[in-house]
Amino acid sequence: MRGVGTAAAAIGLALAIALPFFLKPYGIYLLSLWAVTTIAALGLNLTLGYAGQISLAQGAFVGIGAYATALLTKSGLPFPAAFAVSGGLAFAIGWGLGYPALRVQHHYLAFVTLAFSTLVFLVLRNEEWLTNGIYGINGIPRPALFGWSAASAPAFYFFALAMLVLLAAVEWWLLRSPWGRAFVALRENPVRALSLGVDTRRYTLMAFAIGSAFGGLSGALYAPLVQFIDPNSFALGLSLNLLLMVIVGGSGIFLGPFVGAAIAVLLPEWLRFTEGYYLMVYAVLVMVLMAFCPSGIVGMCRLALEAAARRHAGPAPQASAHGGGEA
Amino acid sequence: MASFIQLLVSGLATGSIYALVAVGFTLLWQTSQTINFAQGEFVMLPAFFVLAAMNFAGLPFWAAALVGIAASVAVLGVLFKRVIVDPMLRHGVLPLVISTIALSLFLKESAKDFYSSQAQRFPSLVGAHDLDVFGAVVSTQSLVVIAVAVVTVVALHLLLHGTRLGHAMQATAQNPTVARILGIPVERMILYTFVVNAVLVAVASILISPIYLAKFTNGETLGLAAFIAAIVGGFNQVRGAILGGIILGVLDNLSAAYVSSQYRGAFPLLLLIAVILLRPQGLLGRSEERLV
Repeated sequence: MRGVGTAAAAIGLALAIALPFFLKPYGIYLLSLWAVTTIAALGLNLTLGYAGQISLAQGAFVGIGAYATALLTKSGLPFPAAFAVSGGLAFAIGWGLGYPALRVQHHYLAFVTLAFSTLVFLVLRNEEWLTNGIYGINGIPRPALFGWSAASAPAFYFFALAMLVLLAAVEWWLLRSPWGRAFVALRENPVRALSLGVDTRRYTLMAFAIGSAFGGLSGALYAPLVQFIDPNSFALGLSLNLLLMVIVGGSGIFLGPFVGAAIAVLLPEWLRFTEGYYLMVYAVLVMVLMAFCPSGIVGMCRLALEAAARRHAGPAPQASAHGGGEA
Repeated sequence: MASFIQLLVSGLATGSIYALVAVGFTLLWQTSQTINFAQGEFVMLPAFFVLAAMNFAGLPFWAAALVGIAASVAVLGVLFKRVIVDPMLRHGVLPLVISTIALSLFLKESAKDFYSSQAQRFPSLVGAHDLDVFGAVVSTQSLVVIAVAVVTVVALHLLLHGTRLGHAMQATAQNPTVARILGIPVERMILYTFVVNAVLVAVASILISPIYLAKFTNGETLGLAAFIAAIVGGFNQVRGAILGGIILGVLDNLSAAYVSSQYRGAFPLLLLIAVILLRPQGLLGRSEERLV
């Protein structure tokens, strides 16, 4: 199964590198949006898919990162510094929110994060001295690194793609470290993990804070991509959308967020013929998927592949009971 | 003082509407572990049923209101249970949460695309008169809202505590396995809870729409208010949800007037965070056994 996942990732990466040479600027913009969104979804997958905590605040962390980067780069700080500050800030706020909030879990955490996300929106809208309120911030500069400028659309796309690959590698490494194993242990059986000496609260908090940092980094790239941000972009809708992406792709599966984000970014384009109804179609698709395959699209593919492999090999031993986030 | 009484009465009116919505929310949670993220949209939608019945079928308001409640029972009660909840229950809580989030999106878009994206005027139960109570101006509309909410809650209380059916529903909520052994048709009792929820949201919809107008985005704030009310009062208690709703409505009105109207929306959220941290089971709730 692992071979299939690696092959899919390799084909995906090759496509992601080759595609912009065949696309118009709008297509390249969509690809960039996909790369940036995927980073946030990767972070949420860590919180939701691996540590098993429902967070409805990922959009707020994207907003925090986006505003931090926009304000810092406009005041003249170089992009790498702003990028690091955005990630660090989201990590710190995630830690600060998670520390008390993770006393309660699951649906309670969903409501705390829901409240947090609304609070962030109110602050972004009302604190005009800092955020310029509903008028938003425009003219956010594109990053320039060591004399190389990512001002053109393809250059920015490759920059965002590089960041995506880098952060995906970080998450991949993290999941293979003892930390990552502990995350999965938490989700699968928290009581057992606790009795085996895993400090559940500390690890859950860590997963939540790192997931939030990914959200902040995604925002740091989103701001220079669109070059104009306002509070509405980071309202609750974004958090819900990111949650849907992770679930639709397949939560707890490494490749899930890539697929989920691609669907969420591209579906409005594919469903353009339905005009105003695309959100309704999207909502129905999500409900149907949940009813028939709650492990998402990648999970569905994996089940199909496993079934096919079993048919080939005859009655095989139950290899990996749940796959534990390999793929 | 006069303005305080005024704010208190309108706060109680909004609060009693929140309470109705929150009661439905906790009922669904108790009997079927359904966390309905579309509850706010459930309140938004019946107003459009009523408007459709008035404008397309030409019914008078009272008949349209009955049609609205009936349509709500059929769509938001029975259909919701059969089509969305039943196939999902075996997958656990999370997929159902996601599904109701998608459903909320669907209902919002449906109301926008099939009715109108503009806020619609909605007839009120009584004409707008102002009464003079100890120098404060109190609108009859607020009083009627409070009265209808009280009657609804009393009726629900009588149903749950005074009838055989109500006892069976309570047994189902408390321990479905034992209820089944005792011969209670658990499945049907769960369905009845969904029907009760549908009636509650329809009543709330008819009460709130004259104040806020009927608009497809109404569900967002109402849903959040219902969650907060349910958690503040106690997730597993009907009377907790009532208390939570009323606290929330009053807090909302008073804080907007006396502290900051810009951050009006923030006070209920701060209350929510405080309650979750200090008393996660809610003001009136029993703490549930949780290992971690």
